[in-house]
Amino acid sequence: MQKEYTVTVYTEDRIGITNRITVIFTRRGINITSLTTAETEIPGVYKFIITVLSEKTKLEKIVGQIERLIEIHRAFVHEEDEVVYQELALYKISTKALQNGNIEQLIRENNARILTLTDEYFVLEKTGHQQELIDLQAKLAPYGLIEYSKSGRVAIVKWSRRFHDHLKELSALRPDNLKEAQYGNAEVSAEEESI
Amino acid sequence: MQQKDVLPMKPEPAEKRAATTAPLNITGSEAVIRSLIAEGVETIFGYPGGAIMPIYDALYDFQDQIHHILVRHEQGATHAAQGYARTSGKTGVVFATSGPGATNLVTGLADAYMDSTPMVCITGQVAAALLGTDAFQETDVIGITMPITKWNIQVTRPEDIPGAIAKAFYIAGSGRPGPVLVDITKNAQAAKFDFKYEKCDYIRSYRPVPVMDKNAVAEAAELINGAKRPYILCGHGVLLAGAEKDLIALAEKASIPVASTLLGLSAVPVDHPLYVGYLGMHGNYAPNIKTNECDVLIAVGMRFDDRITGDVSQYASQAKVVHIEIDAAEINKIIKADVAVHADAKTALEALLGLVKPAKHDEWIQGFREADKQEEEKVTRKELYPTEGGLKMAEVVRLISERTEGKAVLVTDVGQHQMIASRYYRFKDPNTNITSGGMGTMGFALPASMGAKVGTPEKEVVAVIGDGCFQMTLQELGTIYQSEIGVKIVILNNNFLGMVRQWQQLFFDKRYSSTEMVNPDFVQIAKGFFIPGRKVTDRADIAAAVDEMISHKGAYLLEVVVEKEDNVFPMVPAGAPISHIRLE
Repeated sequence: MQKEYTVTVYTEDRIGITNRITVIFTRRGINITSLTTAETEIPGVYKFIITVLSEKTKLEKIVGQIERLIEIHRAFVHEEDEVVYQELALYKISTKALQNGNIEQLIRENNARILTLTDEYFVLEKTGHQQELIDLQAKLAPYGLIEYSKSGRVAIVKWSRRFHDHLKELSALRPDNLKEAQYGNAEVSAEEESI
Repeated sequence: MQQKDVLPMKPEPAEKRAATTAPLNITGSEAVIRSLIAEGVETIFGYPGGAIMPIYDALYDFQDQIHHILVRHEQGATHAAQGYARTSGKTGVVFATSGPGATNLVTGLADAYMDSTPMVCITGQVAAALLGTDAFQETDVIGITMPITKWNIQVTRPEDIPGAIAKAFYIAGSGRPGPVLVDITKNAQAAKFDFKYEKCDYIRSYRPVPVMDKNAVAEAAELINGAKRPYILCGHGVLLAGAEKDLIALAEKASIPVASTLLGLSAVPVDHPLYVGYLGMHGNYAPNIKTNECDVLIAVGMRFDDRITGDVSQYASQAKVVHIEIDAAEINKIIKADVAVHADAKTALEALLGLVKPAKHDEWIQGFREADKQEEEKVTRKELYPTEGGLKMAEVVRLISERTEGKAVLVTDVGQHQMIASRYYRFKDPNTNITSGGMGTMGFALPASMGAKVGTPEKEVVAVIGDGCFQMTLQELGTIYQSEIGVKIVILNNNFLGMVRQWQQLFFDKRYSSTEMVNPDFVQIAKGFFIPGRKVTDRADIAAAVDEMISHKGAYLLEVVVEKEDNVFPMVPAGAPISHIRLE
């Protein structure tokens, strides 16, 4: 049965890695609904958080094919209850709307906050699950919503301790023989040299 | 294309610098060649062009150490490198230029990726400053080849060249082998740097040798020891791991019949008493139907291709499945494994052998022989020993098999002749079956046979090719002539794209849409390339013609005009359960 899953992928820092991962979803005709990537607490190791609408059996096979890529450490597929996650949305609204007392109440009730305010417009920020962000957008629409922008997902895996310990061990290892060359760091640290 | 004048000055002769102590200050181009030598490369298949000219120029100084074979099309270079890799066990190396040179590699890369063949392709690329500007002969070869290579990388600075090449060879040849592409911009080829080469044997995100789970091996042994009707499927992984002897030892110890996939052929000698035949859509009858009768299925180094399983939901559903496989992504991909041993075939089979108890399964094996009789009666006998009608592909293959005593390297193309040759050639030695399996690349055989011969010059190499396939890559006759590659070429000519025609006959109401071929005179074509040949149309002449071909020193082309509308049987209709295999 199709439902929303979170896929996390731990990678080396290498040009084109996004492409290598996404093409595996493309081959099976699966649409990626959001993708977030950033460096993890381990320097040089990146985490991709991908949300997709699909079936678990299919995704388990996809995760296997992602892990086959050379520059991937691990990839996982998570059910909704295995991850703590948030998304973030920004809403740009005409400043005139502030003259309407209801909007302040709406902002408070939704735990949103004003990031910036000009004569012309103000920008609201809210974090939460996708549906809450979309709901707020609908509520703001009558007040003259100018622009809406939502991020992909950031997620923490509930059972991640052992894997992250493994990643920390990795960080003690030299990335690979191209690392310094590609990024033009002339000096190899003494620590790296000793490994 | 001929822009010799814009090249950097030719480096001083290599001998002069060879005496100097490391690190050498040399161009990126020379670094490419020295890196290849450090990896033990002796043969390169390639084709020069603008963006790779500095590398070809550097090669000029090393002709005594590296033999470059000039092909006639870059696709030919890839298939030749595949043939070379599969017979020699070394990584095949290809050179090509940017743009069209690079895009011509695509088919061969995809083929090598599907069939797990170690290959390193080095392509020239426009200068780094021109990347992304639609420069002359620029193409995004990294983007294009990403899904069909095990790994690829673009190098834009000379100091990255040795590291990239070291990684390329490590990745191509380790774990489940595959093709790798290294794209080197022209500025990186031309600039000088301090060269030092270190082989790569470690990448922290890559684990080519799985840690075998001993418990899984014990569970597998337990299943096998308890089995009444155990059955081994031998795949390409057995050959890649060099585990043929271990597989045979296991089969003999526990008296287990062994069937082979298309790419697993030649791992077990066809005349071995436990060998029961070849699996798949056009494989033998017994091994296919018995898959659905065994109680423990031991799949070794294979990936349950749809040409083997037919309808997956009705494939071996009665059996417990033991899957020995080095690539974790293949485990549970198609067929759920009851016990998965994630390991190299050799490691796993060695471990299993110690745990498996001697057993006898005479009745079960006898069942295969009885099923064989049906195939023999309905198909094999009249295919191999016909007395009337046009020549049969099978009798030609039988003659070649007899005259070479099953010891030749058989290179086949794709289609009816491939299935017939795979069915009837009686392989004796490992790694003597070279074919395009997963991709089914027509045009594979002629260039692959060149590489196969260069990889094992001591062996007879016979390419069996259909008339359609031959015309896809026949320009490589030029390479065969120029590089004096003594391959024997057999064209089984039925004036049809036979396999497509067979499907049209069986599944499309005999509507022969665009499958009939009006062919040239193949012997005359060979003659144009100074390759002797002969055309045979009568049964009376075929034995003498095969003898003449085998006894001829050097390349030879034999065209055999065979029955026009013959079909390959047995056949499992596409998507049907294997039990629906048809003998006629």
